[in-house]
Amino acid sequence: MFMQHFINALGLGSLYGLIAIGYTMVYGILRLINFAHGDIFMLGAYFVFFATIQYKLPWALGVFIAVMGAILSGLLVDLIAYKPLRDAPRISALISAIGVSFFIENASMVAFTARPQAVIQPKQLVEAFSVGDIRLVPLNIIVPAISFVLVGMLLWMIYRTKRGLAMRSISHDIETTRLMGVSVNRIIALTFAIGSGLAAVAGIMWALRYPKVEPLMGFTPGFKAFIAAVFGGVGSVPGAMLGGLALGFIEIMSVAFFPTLSGYKDAFAFVLLVIILLVKPTGLMGEKSEDKI
Amino acid sequence: MMSASSGNRIRNNILTLAAAALLAVSLWLAPKYLDGYKIRIINLIAINAILGLSLNLIYGMAGMFSLGHAGFMAIGAYVSALLILTPEQKSMMWILDPIAPWLLNLHAPFYVSLLLAGIAAAFFGWLISLPILRLGGDYLGIATLGFSEILRILIANLTPITNGPIGLKGIPAHTNLWVSYGCLLVLLIAVIRLMGSNFGNVMRAVRDDEIAAETMGINTFRTKALAFTIGCFGAGVGGALMGNIITTIDAKMFTITQTYNILMIVVIGGLGSITGSILGSVIITTMLEWLRFVENPITIGAFKMDGKPGMRMVIFSILLVAVIIFRREGIMGMREFSWDWILSRPAAIRNRFASGETPKGGDLNG
Amino acid sequence: MANSNKLSKSAEQNAVLTLGDVTIRFGGLTAVNGVSMSVKRGSIVGLIGPNGAGKTTAFNVITGFYKPSSGYVEFTPPNAPPMKITGLDPHKICKAGIARTFQNIRLFGNGTVLENVMTGAYVRQKSKWWMNILPVFPGAIREEREIRRQAAVLLERLDLIRFMNAHAASLPYGAQRRLEIARALATKPSFLLLDEPAAGMNPRESAELLGFIRTLRDEFDLSILLIEHDMKVVMGVCERIWVLDEGRLIADGDSAAIRGNPRVIEAYLGKEASHA
Repeated sequence: MFMQHFINALGLGSLYGLIAIGYTMVYGILRLINFAHGDIFMLGAYFVFFATIQYKLPWALGVFIAVMGAILSGLLVDLIAYKPLRDAPRISALISAIGVSFFIENASMVAFTARPQAVIQPKQLVEAFSVGDIRLVPLNIIVPAISFVLVGMLLWMIYRTKRGLAMRSISHDIETTRLMGVSVNRIIALTFAIGSGLAAVAGIMWALRYPKVEPLMGFTPGFKAFIAAVFGGVGSVPGAMLGGLALGFIEIMSVAFFPTLSGYKDAFAFVLLVIILLVKPTGLMGEKSEDKI
Repeated sequence: MMSASSGNRIRNNILTLAAAALLAVSLWLAPKYLDGYKIRIINLIAINAILGLSLNLIYGMAGMFSLGHAGFMAIGAYVSALLILTPEQKSMMWILDPIAPWLLNLHAPFYVSLLLAGIAAAFFGWLISLPILRLGGDYLGIATLGFSEILRILIANLTPITNGPIGLKGIPAHTNLWVSYGCLLVLLIAVIRLMGSNFGNVMRAVRDDEIAAETMGINTFRTKALAFTIGCFGAGVGGALMGNIITTIDAKMFTITQTYNILMIVVIGGLGSITGSILGSVIITTMLEWLRFVENPITIGAFKMDGKPGMRMVIFSILLVAVIIFRREGIMGMREFSWDWILSRPAAIRNRFASGETPKGGDLNG
Repeated sequence: MANSNKLSKSAEQNAVLTLGDVTIRFGGLTAVNGVSMSVKRGSIVGLIGPNGAGKTTAFNVITGFYKPSSGYVEFTPPNAPPMKITGLDPHKICKAGIARTFQNIRLFGNGTVLENVMTGAYVRQKSKWWMNILPVFPGAIREEREIRRQAAVLLERLDLIRFMNAHAASLPYGAQRRLEIARALATKPSFLLLDEPAAGMNPRESAELLGFIRTLRDEFDLSILLIEHDMKVVMGVCERIWVLDEGRLIADGDSAAIRGNPRVIEAYLGKEASHA
């Protein structure tokens, strides 16, 4: 029984982690909470739903289309709503982000209707098999596996390539990096693309796990993933993954052991947020920054 | 010089009184000529103005980005409703779980409930301000949004107190034009006087530069907590008025969409401008209602279109992003309405035309 | 070093401010290292040193923005016993009677010039914030009127009255610096810290400033500690000068003693000798 919960938590946690990476990377570079990130996640899920279930395309192609679609959406959001505000006060960009998030959610409601749509899971993914006395569903193993592979690739990119270096240097000091001749806008776009791509992958896996899609499906996971990012230390990719896993475990385990709390499940993350912000606002792996007087 | 300005003051006071009298007459006449739906919108304008003003006090004037307004409204709405509902109504309404015994016989008249709603929201605001106001900027926004969401979950689950997901029904429609505009007027006068006093300077100073304010001997933390608490009081009263006009409340009413609507009012009106919040409320409330038609089924001859729920918010979100990008200061910026400004308009326009010989195309084209 | 210790002992009797072995570390960096100094009541004292010597950090310790890693700060208000202000919140330190200006001007940019000065006076305001909501507390109304009047007097004195209703951020640079001083004076301090008051001023303006600082001291009964890069200002106005280098106090004395001190020349004047 515990093993079941463990695998469940691993799956949920790694999905939170994947979404959290997008928040953490954008915040690291632009100091902006990309409110629309959870909605990009939702779009990824819808794109794959339309491609594979409405238009009966093969899954591989559907996933490719969904990821590309989400990347494009992420880039568009940055171009339209954030780029004009690069030099504006940070809260202005945040309000713009909230506006975009509402736009995507409501436009999706208009375009896709507010009704949840069932996602038909491919048989191979959900046919359970047994190892000893543990029953395993392939999907529950594939989700964390894919997540960890993607995070590994991302970490390699950030710490071993030139673009990754540029990214880290922008998050440290955007103006100096600009002066060093790095095309800051291109790196920012790359950051949005990576974040949106990962969110789309998470959205697809989410849609398969709870087999449905709906326009507001991004709000709660998005918010929780942001909390995971704060928990891990905003700006840190490994931190985001760790935070996501921690949140997944807290949620699954607390409901597993205290079933009466299930109604409050969604509140745990928020309570966690308030606690982190009070005790260690920089998170587990975040760096401290000082205001200059 | 001195006598001229005091003469202006008398003139302005007379104009203000005249405007107030005009408003009172309109409020008196309105129910005789307008249907219930329009009256409700006029009420909502006042309620939204109260909510906008109170958020503006927190965000525009004291500089704390709060996304928790819906949560404080919920507190106010529930406190007021629970106090107004009679024991008979309550004992019939709680189906899932029996109502908490202490709550069953708790009863208060409407005006007392309004006041207590504000006090309850202010108390919670003060309580959470102690830990979270140490956070700055966007983190504060997220923490307040988190608080608001926790509260919503609590409301949906604490059935013995809140009647859980069913919500509260049959709240008497106590809110009428006199009540809502009366509350708005009281709040308006309080905010104008407060912001006009040296404490208003202090609040704006904390917003503009916290470090400098602290150096000037201002207890910035206390100032912020105070502004936050006062703002939450307004949110509580606004929420209570809202509950008493809609007559049904549940947890779903107080989502982030509610906060978002109020944020729109404040941003579009102008952060830090009292006048702006009033104008913002008039514009946003009217538009929210007027745009309902885009969500209703439309039939033009043989052409039929289904209702599109969400279309209103699509338009609003585009509007918000556009305002933030192209006119960040909103309608009023930080300016305020004044009679002097209004009265100087005709002369200013005349001057502009009088000096029309000099090429001033840019001016006229905006 | 021995010399400086002896001097600070003799100054202690009438000290308005005393730093006792103050050290501040940020992570591995020691910004201020074992600094002991004192400021005599009624004097104008300069704090100089090359960039990064820890001067502004020392100011931030005195005004409560940094808590020293070790050591203490002691302040003696007029006609009162000395008080330890180490670790007090900045607003309490201001209330005790210490005011300051900032190197990179920090005015309340959206407020008017008058409002900036009135904000400074709030720390001495007795009536409570809610007393002005309803006009039923004549005392509160009178006090606000008095604050407004005194703010105008200060503006008159600092030659800013013509800007009274202008936005602070719209003022010319020199006027902004004066406004910062006016705002600091509005808190009714007995000890004033000026962080590079002459920065960005032309020679004529800084010469005016020189005389003005002296007048301020006499007129408002102040002791003044100032950080300054402009050697003319420092040498001209300061009765005593303290020199910091890499967080350590390397010299103190009057301008002649500083000018001749080889360690100072090495650390600081070596680069700026042509100016002096």
